[in-house]
Amino acid sequence: MVYDNPDGVMIGLEVHVQLNKLNTKMFCGCSTKYHDAEPNTHVCPVCLGLPGALPVINRKSVEAAMKIGLALNCEIVEQTQFHRKNYYYPDLPKGFQTTQYDFPIVSGGKVVIEGEDGEHVVRITRAHMEEDPGRLMHMGTIEKSKGTLIDYNRSGMSLIEIVSEPDMRSPKEARRYLDKLRNILEYLDVFDGSLEGSMRVDSNVSIMGGQRVEVKNISSHKGAERAILFEIMRQKNLLRRGGKVVLETRHFDEARGVTISMRTKEEEHDYRYFPEPDLVPMRVSDWGPAIQESLPELPDTKRERFISQYGITGMHAKALTSDIRVADFFEIVASKADPRAAGTWVADVLRGELNYRNLAITSFTTEDIIEIIGLVVEEKITEKSAVDVIRTILDVGGSPMDVVKEKGLLKVEGDIVTQAVSESIVENEEAVQDYLGGTEKSLNFLVGQVMKKTKGRADARQARELLIAALKD
Amino acid sequence: MAEWLSISDVRKKISESSAEEVTAAYLETIGQSRINGYTCTYDGALEMAKQADKGEGEGLLAGVPIAIKDNISTKGLATTCSSKILEGYVPPYDAHVIERLKAEGAVILGKTNMDEFAMGTSTESSCYGVTMNPWDLERVPGGSSGGSAAVVAAGEAPISLGSDTGGSVRCPAAFCGVVGLKPTYGAVSRYGLISYANSLEQIGPMATCVGDIATVMDVIGGYDPRDSTSINREISYRDALVDDVKGLKVGVPEEYFGEGVDGGVEKAVWDAISKYEEMGATWEKVSMPNTKYALAAYYTIAMSEASSNLARFDGTRYGPRNDGENWHVMASRTRAEYFGKEVQRRVLLGTYALSAGYQDKYYLKALKVRTLVKQDFEKALSNVDVLMGPTMPMPAFRIGEKIEDPLSLYLTDVNTVPMNLAGVPCISVPCGLSDGLPVGLQIIGKQFDEATIIRSAYAFEQNTDHNKARPAEVI
Ligand SMILES: [Zn+2]
Repeated sequence: MVYDNPDGVMIGLEVHVQLNKLNTKMFCGCSTKYHDAEPNTHVCPVCLGLPGALPVINRKSVEAAMKIGLALNCEIVEQTQFHRKNYYYPDLPKGFQTTQYDFPIVSGGKVVIEGEDGEHVVRITRAHMEEDPGRLMHMGTIEKSKGTLIDYNRSGMSLIEIVSEPDMRSPKEARRYLDKLRNILEYLDVFDGSLEGSMRVDSNVSIMGGQRVEVKNISSHKGAERAILFEIMRQKNLLRRGGKVVLETRHFDEARGVTISMRTKEEEHDYRYFPEPDLVPMRVSDWGPAIQESLPELPDTKRERFISQYGITGMHAKALTSDIRVADFFEIVASKADPRAAGTWVADVLRGELNYRNLAITSFTTEDIIEIIGLVVEEKITEKSAVDVIRTILDVGGSPMDVVKEKGLLKVEGDIVTQAVSESIVENEEAVQDYLGGTEKSLNFLVGQVMKKTKGRADARQARELLIAALKD
Repeated sequence: MAEWLSISDVRKKISESSAEEVTAAYLETIGQSRINGYTCTYDGALEMAKQADKGEGEGLLAGVPIAIKDNISTKGLATTCSSKILEGYVPPYDAHVIERLKAEGAVILGKTNMDEFAMGTSTESSCYGVTMNPWDLERVPGGSSGGSAAVVAAGEAPISLGSDTGGSVRCPAAFCGVVGLKPTYGAVSRYGLISYANSLEQIGPMATCVGDIATVMDVIGGYDPRDSTSINREISYRDALVDDVKGLKVGVPEEYFGEGVDGGVEKAVWDAISKYEEMGATWEKVSMPNTKYALAAYYTIAMSEASSNLARFDGTRYGPRNDGENWHVMASRTRAEYFGKEVQRRVLLGTYALSAGYQDKYYLKALKVRTLVKQDFEKALSNVDVLMGPTMPMPAFRIGEKIEDPLSLYLTDVNTVPMNLAGVPCISVPCGLSDGLPVGLQIIGKQFDEATIIRSAYAFEQNTDHNKARPAEVI
């Protein structure tokens, strides 16, 4: 099957990724752990842009950027080169942003996603380094605000802007690309996608017969899918009514789910880029081999290994590797429990229960799931009870054994079930005769009687087998 | 008091009395000043001197007072670049050079007047008014570090720091008859120096004698990890204080004696070169063919960088602010009101030179010229040890004489800007008078070869009487 892309949709994405796992900012020694801090407490003369302060490149930022580049199959530039992007805005304390221009740190890579028609390659044009501006906070709503406050804690955080070619053909593919990118970045341990504003997306969208429109201000993967879907519809309707899609920049209003025109090409800023004299070029091409060697196992490779090493299904392997924390969790569980059972219980049951509650894998311990899987494998509790235990731990808390005991979920001993079977046969002669006469569903009635006598602790399948055996005699 | 003291003179006085008394005497002299060289004095100066007295003379500059140009950040002491836009700005941190001075026990007397944001050659664009030349109060002290040169010449400080983007240390040193050094780009950390044109400028010392220049360089020079352009190298500047130029090869670029060079200046400089010959050096004419393009390239690059460096002064975080209906109006009203005319001119011209469609024609072309100018120096200095010529083509001009004609003012920088484009070190030493006004001899060396220019200047000073000339008001 080949996806024929009837509207000629072309989507390219520019993704700004905050390297929030680094310890310090891009050009100063300030801590990056500002997310729960009071405003303007993680600042210094450099990231406040005080007169006379000078930037010094954080070597770890460069290494992280190179790591990302290599993971995206990019080429690394010979030496670093930074430029100034000049524009006035209150969140920009120096009146310019330090960024890269014609010599991005890495360029020319690719990412493989699951596309509309199977594996699909999205080409990476380039990824460059730049600093994050501060954050504006309006006192109340923008319209009624009495003033704007500025928090420079974010100012000077390392960003990587990853620019793709317009290779995505549907909102779904865009979403998958973003998911894959986040997955890879988290594997590299340079980025925590759960922190607010850690991944911001600008999107270029065009359809056959129109020009490219840039959509800015998208802050989530779901938002990207919605913004692009809206934009494609808008452009299609416009063309259908005989209008023209012009080169312009639009703003995504997340609350209303619509895009709004910001400026046309003629109104584009002139950023007056020029090389930053305060940062001398640094030769980095020699670092490549060592960084390549230090790259961790990436999602696609890990998925293949899970299948061959643990004998789990491709579906389970994919689900488990789509989040590095889940993958690590699984490997601990698989080392202490039956790997295939671990695959099912972690990938299907536990992930399902966590997703339902919007919880991360960190909300459950490997010890607990290992114990629960053990109880099921040893047939001490039923699968149904195991799910009950997981839910109870998530909703109420407690250890697996406590929950099992409290709820009386331990499977009852065999003789009690055998006794219940005998009693049920003696007490329900009519049903027994019906069954022997060929009415299969009478057996269900008898199973029900056994369950009732054992207060539901018997395994229904076991009860059924015992009944059939007893009735044969 | 008002007398010229070297660092060793000051230390002798301290040993006879105390650092506190010496500082108090300087503050008193400053209080009676007629030259407007300081923008403010430091109210912690006496306390610093007391600390020096307690430290019993430890540190290379223990108890020695120093004046600091107003564009070098001093913690707790206003730093305004002589601009209204930084009125009330008190840095929360010290520049690298200030940390070094404090570590060696120096006493900060105060901040010195300058052209606003170091943009000028006369100190006339300061928001505090012009500084007077101690040799003739109707004349400019030069610029942009006019205050730093004038206070040393007037005996209001034994040593001072300036900054040199296109001659801003050497020009006022020449006009005020003191010694001034622009180090090799990267020799002194710029951390804390408020940028005008960051690819060109260096902090440099000014003093009454070459020996003190070397001492201050031993304190402020060296690697600083906070300035990526600072270079790591071991050097003792004082080791270069050797009275011997036998065999020294001097190159004299004919381009430095071009049209418009004052006769008295030309004579003083040639006399100096003859003196070197007498002392055992040889000289030859050399050609620096790209000198004629240097001035235009310099101003293009400096203004371009300035347009970006000065973007941060928007009234948001520090300095005064004029309100507006939105932030952009507020910022532009603030900049229009509190930046002086010359600063606005340079920011606008720089913005233009960097603009799309013009960048190739101006900024990028200027960078190419810069490379050619650099090559001129490399070529010339591969055959000779140092280059010599007049620092300034004329002695100090009258206050008001050129300020209304920016172009004629820019032209006076013709002999000082090529060195900043090339990043090479250079020193201006007094070499006589023209009509009673000091003339500076400029000595230029190879990158990081401050040692040779310091030795050359030192030998000249030891074998001539030029540095014994004093302004009328000074003993
Ligand atoms: Zn910082």
